[in-house]
Amino acid sequence: MAEKIATREAYGKALAKLGKVNEKVVVLDADLSKSTKTSEFEKAFPNRFFNMGIAEQNLMGTAAGFAAAGKIPFASTFAMFATGRAFEIIRNSICYPKLNVKICATHAGITVGEDGASHQALEDLACMRAIPNMVVINPADAVSAEQAIFAIAEYHGPVYVRLGRAAVPVIYDANSFRFEIGKGIELCPGKDAAIIATGIMVAEALQAREMLEKEGIEARVIDIHTLKPIDKEIIIKAARETGAIVTAEEHNILGGLGSAVAEVLVENSPVPMKRVGTRDTFGESGKPNELMIKYGLTAAHIVEAVKEVRKLK
Amino acid sequence: MAKIDDKRLKEIATEIRRDIIRSVYAAGSGHPGGSLSAADIVTALYFHKMKVDPSNPKWEDRDRFILSKGHGAPVLYAALAEKGFFPKEELLKLRHIDAMLQGHPDMKGTPGVEMSTGSLGQGFSTSIGMALASKLDQKENRIYVLLGDGEVQEGIVWEAAMAAAHYQLDNLTAILDFNGLQIDGCTDEVMSINPIADKWASFRWHVIVIDGHDFEQIINAFDEAEATKGKPTIIIAKTVKGKGVSFMENQVGWHGNAPKKEEAEKALEELGGAR
Repeated sequence: MAEKIATREAYGKALAKLGKVNEKVVVLDADLSKSTKTSEFEKAFPNRFFNMGIAEQNLMGTAAGFAAAGKIPFASTFAMFATGRAFEIIRNSICYPKLNVKICATHAGITVGEDGASHQALEDLACMRAIPNMVVINPADAVSAEQAIFAIAEYHGPVYVRLGRAAVPVIYDANSFRFEIGKGIELCPGKDAAIIATGIMVAEALQAREMLEKEGIEARVIDIHTLKPIDKEIIIKAARETGAIVTAEEHNILGGLGSAVAEVLVENSPVPMKRVGTRDTFGESGKPNELMIKYGLTAAHIVEAVKEVRKLK
Repeated sequence: MAKIDDKRLKEIATEIRRDIIRSVYAAGSGHPGGSLSAADIVTALYFHKMKVDPSNPKWEDRDRFILSKGHGAPVLYAALAEKGFFPKEELLKLRHIDAMLQGHPDMKGTPGVEMSTGSLGQGFSTSIGMALASKLDQKENRIYVLLGDGEVQEGIVWEAAMAAAHYQLDNLTAILDFNGLQIDGCTDEVMSINPIADKWASFRWHVIVIDGHDFEQIINAFDEAEATKGKPTIIIAKTVKGKGVSFMENQVGWHGNAPKKEEAEKALEELGGAR
């Protein structure tokens, strides 16, 4: 795992490429285009880029209007403001009429770092997952993020894509990887337990697997890049074949991946389970890696959870 | 510009008012007051000003009307039915289970409804996107959006107003149904929006103040808005809540209450009988 690229960087590049092949794409931002990387699109297609100023509610409402007029609007800002401040506009003006709006929010999670708790969205997945008609995507790396952008442009309906600020390891090979909405990916086989991860925690999960292997524990690793609709089959299969599940997400353990997986398990194939994520708490200022350690979001924490869950088998 | 046929428009508006009473009575709930206050404005739009095609509701070059004050759904539904977008029988199923006509407009289920609205301020915000899209495609169509006066207390309205002026959306006309009442009482007492004309002017909108029940003034204002270049226009239409039904006029209690049988009958009688 040599190269590190932030998923927001991949987003900016993907948008600029997408703009060339799809004329219906318009991009809206709320005074954060240099941070969200939509400035890449603005450079290439200035007439299809709309800065809405620091006004996230109107950002989402305007995007809904564009979609109603047949465009494919990508609306970007930080995850906190997109899903928090503009929640009800997303619900009522985008999801209720099932409009073709793509909300691509960056700076999600605790790896926002130094800006602190006010800017660290740790409940965005829960909020977006709860709205009918919404598709929720959380790519693990730059390759996955780039392909996700092209995939959602082909899908008709509202989509939320969670993107990060910090550079994260590239885990997929751009040549062979294929992103498919709603389809989980088994990255490594394993029979002793399954680590089901999303977003930047997939890289931590892979590292955890290596650490566990040294102790003779063979853990399956699954990337759930689409939280909704979730890939039930891959989760049920993992439960039946390993008998122990650990989820890992850079998000509150309430309402995100852990909850989504638990819902599938309880209704289909209940097995012991542990959730790695922030434990219903706000974050704080600090360096991303320091915060990951303090808030329990590292490979070591996943290793610990796997060992604990195996005792419950 | 088409000649104003005042007599015909008045007849249509009266029929629309009758349908508002009939549908809200049939529903047993709903918002007659603000539907009646907007009846003349909506009539002028659908039966004089706007280019729409009931046989092809999704016609790409149509003018679009967004009812941002979505609780005024009965006036929109009555106008759409009168225009032929769907059969009038639907009006009597308003707010019923499995019916097409929802309590607040649903663009997915109702032909002619351009946006799902009801949560105040949001329809206005979506009209900005529609107007921007028309500009981008160099379309000649116009976007009309109706706001309530209480509605402009929502913050998103001013975010959207700022954006419309910034992008010089002269293809966008907002109409403020200024009836002076909201659920909890007089707008001036609940949360004053005055000086309302100055507010919009300072947001760099072209402002026209009219009597919202005078067809000549309404239509002249639409024409003036269309002729105004480089900025969006807001028509501040002074209206009477409950207009046309004596016992509903200027009564805050009729914001969100359905008439009982005798009240509905009396209202229909005042509006020229059941027909």
